[in-house]
Amino acid sequence: MKAFDYYRAESPADVIGTDARPIAGGTNLLDLMKHQVETPDRLADVNHVGLDGIERDGDGLRVGALVRNSDLAADPSVREGWPLLSRAILAGASGQIRNRATTGGNLMQRTRCYYFYDLDTPCNKRAPGSGCSAIGGVNRIHAILGASGDCIATYPGDMAVAMSALDAVVEVEGPNGRREIAATDFHRLPGDAPQRDNDLQPGEMILSVRLPAPLGGKHIYRKVRDRRSYAFALVSVAAVVVMDAGRMSTVRLAFGGVAHKPWRVPAAEALLQGQAPSPDLFDRAADAVLDGATGQGHNDFKIPLLRRTLNAVLAEATEGSK
Amino acid sequence: MSDPIEVSLTHRMNFPDKEDLLDRTAQGILGTPMDRPEGPLKVSGTATYADEDHPPGTVYGWLVRSSISKGWVTGFNTRDLRAMPGVLAVIRDKRMLRNPAQGQASKAPYQGPAEIFYKGQPIALVVAETFEQARDAALNARADYDDRSAKGVFVPAEAKYEAPRSQQASKGDLDEAMDEAAFAVDVEYHTPSMSHAAMEPHAAVAWWDGGHVTLRGSYQMLGSNKAELADALGISPRNVRILSPYVGGGFGSKLGISHEGVAAAIAAQKLGRPVAVALHRRQQFETTHRRSESRQRIRLSCGADGRMTGVGHDAWVSNLPAESFSEPVTQATPFTYDGENRQIGHHVGRLNITCAGSMRAPGEAIGVPVTEAAMDELAQAAGIDPVEFRLRNIPEKDPSSGRPFSSNRLADCLTRGAESFGWKDRRENGARREGEWLIGMGVASAIRVNMLVPSTARVILLPDGTARVETDMTDIGTGSYSILTQIAAEVLGLPADRVTTVLGDSDLPQSSGSGGSFGAASSGSSVMLAAKAVREKLAKRMDCDPDDLTLKDGYAIAENRRRTLAEVLEGDTLQGTGTIKKGLTSVDHQQACWGAQFAEVAVSTVTGEVHVRRLAATFACGRILNAKTARSQCIGGMIFGIGQALHEEISTDARDGSFVNRDLAEYHVPANLDVPHIDIEFLNDRDPYANPMQAKGIGELACCGTAGAIVNAIANATGERFRSFPVTLDKVLERLG
Ligand SMILES: Cc1cc2nc3c(=O)[nH]c(=O)nc-3n(C[C@H](O)[C@H](O)[C@H](O)COP(=O)(O)OP(=O)(O)OC[C@H]3O[C@@H](n4cnc5c(N)ncnc54)[C@H](O)[C@@H]3O)c2cc1C
Ligand code: SF4
Repeated sequence: MKAFDYYRAESPADVIGTDARPIAGGTNLLDLMKHQVETPDRLADVNHVGLDGIERDGDGLRVGALVRNSDLAADPSVREGWPLLSRAILAGASGQIRNRATTGGNLMQRTRCYYFYDLDTPCNKRAPGSGCSAIGGVNRIHAILGASGDCIATYPGDMAVAMSALDAVVEVEGPNGRREIAATDFHRLPGDAPQRDNDLQPGEMILSVRLPAPLGGKHIYRKVRDRRSYAFALVSVAAVVVMDAGRMSTVRLAFGGVAHKPWRVPAAEALLQGQAPSPDLFDRAADAVLDGATGQGHNDFKIPLLRRTLNAVLAEATEGSK
Repeated sequence: MSDPIEVSLTHRMNFPDKEDLLDRTAQGILGTPMDRPEGPLKVSGTATYADEDHPPGTVYGWLVRSSISKGWVTGFNTRDLRAMPGVLAVIRDKRMLRNPAQGQASKAPYQGPAEIFYKGQPIALVVAETFEQARDAALNARADYDDRSAKGVFVPAEAKYEAPRSQQASKGDLDEAMDEAAFAVDVEYHTPSMSHAAMEPHAAVAWWDGGHVTLRGSYQMLGSNKAELADALGISPRNVRILSPYVGGGFGSKLGISHEGVAAAIAAQKLGRPVAVALHRRQQFETTHRRSESRQRIRLSCGADGRMTGVGHDAWVSNLPAESFSEPVTQATPFTYDGENRQIGHHVGRLNITCAGSMRAPGEAIGVPVTEAAMDELAQAAGIDPVEFRLRNIPEKDPSSGRPFSSNRLADCLTRGAESFGWKDRRENGARREGEWLIGMGVASAIRVNMLVPSTARVILLPDGTARVETDMTDIGTGSYSILTQIAAEVLGLPADRVTTVLGDSDLPQSSGSGGSFGAASSGSSVMLAAKAVREKLAKRMDCDPDDLTLKDGYAIAENRRRTLAEVLEGDTLQGTGTIKKGLTSVDHQQACWGAQFAEVAVSTVTGEVHVRRLAATFACGRILNAKTARSQCIGGMIFGIGQALHEEISTDARDGSFVNRDLAEYHVPANLDVPHIDIEFLNDRDPYANPMQAKGIGELACCGTAGAIVNAIANATGERFRSFPVTLDKVLERLG
């Protein structure tokens, strides 16, 4: 580990606009620092700045950036109004990690691309301009959507996939004041600058995540992975479906494990919205989601896997409703 | 205190045991599910592992990895590193290892950090005042190379294979048998490279006192480790002491002296200070041993009556250039099933990837599941129930060598296991469905050769009637402390809390060490013999024949006399030394441990995910020494098997042979949720040919077969055969349609 300065921030103001790197649960950042994939000069410990509450916000909810994943998943109002979020969080990591991991840290977690962790291999995300070892290498866990010739990594998390489907909003503050970013737009595509995971700007800090009013309906988070717990998603499907008179009146879908960001396809949702469920329709929705999907060799299977999982989730969400 | 009175017993297993001593002793502690004596220390964190107890003044070393796959180190930024904070030394000593020693080598493995054979090979040790400083400096090390990576061979398909003559065998005419058979299968299976990934990564701390070095490390076989370290350092074994009181799992990865031990000793010598070197998990994956990948061709034939006529097993495995070990994949095939016509082939390819070595049940762990899957294919072809098919083909004697079995309980295990598991409810392939899940059941035999290795122990009966057991045996989580305590207590008639067992110090009498599932039987026999020598002495003092002496609860009883041991000892200390050696019974009989494993799985028709819903196994492995640790070994072994069937695989980058998933987040072993209810049953069993205790190996047996039962269950669920392990969901999806 490279030597660094550390200070304990007492309020967000101690962090915003500085060049210090926030450390929250440390479950991702510390690993990366030990490997020297990340080498911050200065760490701001944000565990004591407050921002650790879950509050009502009109019909919605405001979740502080320092709320632990375990607390968020167990919160009674989350479980009642936004069960998708609770389920997605519980599908991730392990009990021990969730006890430490925070809302802000989880959004900011970095890719699990093997080569990103290996200082002796080219990686544009770690060392811009050095190349991408995953292309032509081992890429079983990599992206099938929105990848670029410079990086095919995925955003590995679960929580943000649910937040994207729920139209959550990330509230951040920087030297120029506060702004809001839709959870769906928070993470970016790699393009030619894969070193940038998301749209948080230097000096900005995540303060909270706002959940809009509950949608009702069925909430399903189906995570497909190589073992039953403690593994990242190969493909995950987050779905909220509200049925009305035999038709899908509201549909929200987001996908994890397939792109550099939680993948949301408004066209697919529009296709389903207002329609009566049918396998054929689900398949067309899957076509829309998979528009442009490309495998890299080892991850080709994710394309049919996403289709099958989406079909099954939609069938489950609409089953038995009139 | 006066000198101890020394007695000793050496026993060579030339004849089956007829004495049945352990069935005649009175204490009744042996075989009980006694808690581990060291358990409270372990759960309270006070049992200190290798890297948890450093002498004052210890400094820290971190190994630098090669970033090329083949070639030579020609230069190093030593000067830059020496200028970094806290750095004390940058060591590139020609005694450093290319790879750890193989089990029981007793001499140094291939040495020299300058020539590179695989990516990640240690090329230097950076030592600094603190662990963090050492690691920082090591990560900033830069070597100059003469890079020959382009000439490296990284994938088995491109390797040159040797076929050592001594490892080929044939009998009859297998080709003809296959041609003429009513039913035959000729199939090829693949298993991947795997890693031991023991909970405690390799670690060692070394310090010198004059010309004498002490190494506190995490090792399985201290006798040979001492010789290996001495040879690596170029000193006499008399000047080496190794301490491994607690070992957090080994699975074969700690059989031989490894990088950290040799590097720590060299650095400590150079600096005149204790030096600790621990491998990071990522280093453990790429610099210790892997289990070789394998390609296996299985040919099996049978007549219309379901009686086998031919058995062929060819295996292709790999290792680094100049390594003599090669995974003995076909080890159990010669004697498991009948068949007049037989062929065994063994091929070793040379690859520039991490060294291959022994991993839990080397050979059978990957050979048995594959032959058991092929047996299932043949049973299916012949239209015979898989359990029944196996029962029809269990030989009377070893069909290859003609030797009798010391004992063959395979049929009993299959029959009893099928009954307990509810095998009769198994349906046709693809016939059971629950929602999106296809349900299937599978069976596999479990077979593992049984071994005996020379072992010596001391049992000291102190004047107060308590006893101490001393041997350099290790407890790698298996329960050696428990069973050795129980054996001594049983033979001396003492409650277990009056026996203290001291292990893991190479200054103590040399044992078999832990490996090959021979540890309990070998070291246990030596303890039994040592205690028996003491017992005979007590009989003399009681003026009776040893057979007429009863020892129980600290009393010696003969006819109508009953005295406490302290009274019998009259202030004396009795020190018994026991030595067991293997003899003719290992040559004139085929010895093995037996079991039958059963699995029920559910396969998702949506995602291809496989869930194991239930596992059960019936084992016959001689006398059970501790019901709890034996069961734990089996649970662990079967979970190992789940990993092998469904999860574990080292992903190798074909461009440079590097292991990309070298951490526990991406190298998947089963998590709790992957492990279903497991039923384990031991048949009441004795094998008098094995050793005087009539006990056999357990820990490895349990992982031989499980993966076969699981893939056979998947075939029963889906109607599809998966011949490439692990059966990950992408492979299933491809066939689901
Ligand atoms: C073995 C393993 C398995 C895992 N499996 C899963 C899984 O299946 N699914 C899943 O979703 N996750 C998984 N995780 C990831 C885990 O969820 C993240 O590590 C965790 O959420 C990170 O939160 P943290 O608070 O510990 O972040 P830290 O490690 O403290 O920080 C991570 C990043 O966030 C930044 N940061 C933290 N707080 C703020 C803030 N308020 N504003 C701006 N930046 C901030 C830090 O600067 C840093 O860059 C796994 C992790 C491990 C180690
Ligand atoms: S996929 Fe992205 S993170 Fe992975 S090696 Fe390529 S550039 Fe690096």
